[in-house]
Amino acid sequence: MKLPIPAALRRPAKPGEGEGGNGPAPANLKDAPPRPAEGPGAAETAKEAGIDVVGWVDQRTGASGFLTGILYRKVPKGTNWFYTLGSATLFAFTIQAITGVFLAMYYTPSPTEAYGSITHLTNDVFLGEFVRGMHKWGASVMIILIFLHMARTFFFGAYKYPRELNWVIGVVLLILTLVMGLTGYLLPFDQRSFWATIVASNITASGPVVGPYLADFLRAGPDFSATTLARFYALHMLLIPGAIIALIGAHLYLVVKLGTTAPPWLRAEKPKPATPVVEVTAGTDGGGDGARGR
Amino acid sequence: MTRRRVFTVAVQGLGGLAGAAVVLPVVGFAVAPLFERGEERWSPVGPTDDFNAETYRAVVLTETPGIGEVGKTTAYVRQGVEKLGEDPQGYIAISTRCAHAGCPVRFVSAAGNFICPCHGGVYDFEGRRIGGPPVRPLDRFQTRVRGGRVELGPRYSVTSQLEPVRARDPGEFTGGIWEYLYPPRPTTFPPPE
Repeated sequence: MKLPIPAALRRPAKPGEGEGGNGPAPANLKDAPPRPAEGPGAAETAKEAGIDVVGWVDQRTGASGFLTGILYRKVPKGTNWFYTLGSATLFAFTIQAITGVFLAMYYTPSPTEAYGSITHLTNDVFLGEFVRGMHKWGASVMIILIFLHMARTFFFGAYKYPRELNWVIGVVLLILTLVMGLTGYLLPFDQRSFWATIVASNITASGPVVGPYLADFLRAGPDFSATTLARFYALHMLLIPGAIIALIGAHLYLVVKLGTTAPPWLRAEKPKPATPVVEVTAGTDGGGDGARGR
Repeated sequence: MTRRRVFTVAVQGLGGLAGAAVVLPVVGFAVAPLFERGEERWSPVGPTDDFNAETYRAVVLTETPGIGEVGKTTAYVRQGVEKLGEDPQGYIAISTRCAHAGCPVRFVSAAGNFICPCHGGVYDFEGRRIGGPPVRPLDRFQTRVRGGRVELGPRYSVTSQLEPVRARDPGEFTGGIWEYLYPPRPTTFPPPE
């Protein structure tokens, strides 16, 4: 299928190829430039300007080939709405990232000021409750979508060869998202988030041998302290999102590289033989062995 | 070894060194609190006359300074009982932090027990577990008397035989082989003699 690429984005023909060949010079080298009076009107120039800019960038980056490769890649027959759960999860993460950046503009990660800054941004800041609500409910939505996406992958058998590594990356992403939930829960610093974090660090500590040290690492000390909130904040908005973004990149790269699987209810098509099968039957006219000997 | 190979290894080594020069200090920075013990704090909780050997009296002390209300904790204090093998001149301070999941326990004087509201942990008068999910007796605080006032010091945990050990988090067993499975952390204070 020929892709609808605007003229400005099309790769110019190599010398000696294309319509010209060794024939006459291309038209734009031959003709005199049109006079101003005959040229395209102002409206037309304005219309072309956008495409010209895109073309200029594309000639220097080759982005269109990369983008058409991703956006126009082939998908198997039977692809359905279940295949959008991954994109939905990515969208949920994007919402968390955007709203999180703007919440950080009003939030103060200090035990004495955190709760006050949250109530201020919820009650006083214009649309603060809405932006915080998107972040709060979006967190649950993202976790639900991850599990639905995971279930789709599992029940469609899409984790099998050669996509095992992508399953592993996805599981790491799931764990990191849960850690985001854990670290984000403390930040409002009300009674519920404080005690939930106490319980979480106690559960961490109850793991044998390394548990006590892990809990000390989480709390930055033997007890919950002023450093704990700053530490959770740094994990929540810098370290883990960075890791998630990097792993999402790897996840998408593998999806594009390996392609998606057809749903399991679709029977695999029998491979067509390269050459048509010729039925050879022994004829009664003596054509068989006799013909070879002739 | 070829000249090309020598340069390859050298450049990779230098790159690794530069990376380590950034990563190692940062990791040490984040892990350092695991090896630092805070200042030893002693909080006066009241004159010696406030406490007797028959029952506990609840006191509030600041365990972690600088973080407002959440740095405070409650303890139950009484005088030592000779019959229980304690120094009658000394004071016993039991932490309210349940040894199961860290909920605050309450001393019910009618029953003479500590009862946890979360999952039904029950401890006897000395803080030994007598029912429910807790894994060890209630923690204690070191005590001393200064100028006629009882002062509470660092927290410590006890084994099922009430032998003092370094403080553990809720959910961690103490005594015997558990001392190796839940090793003492450098951030905690040595237990009293």
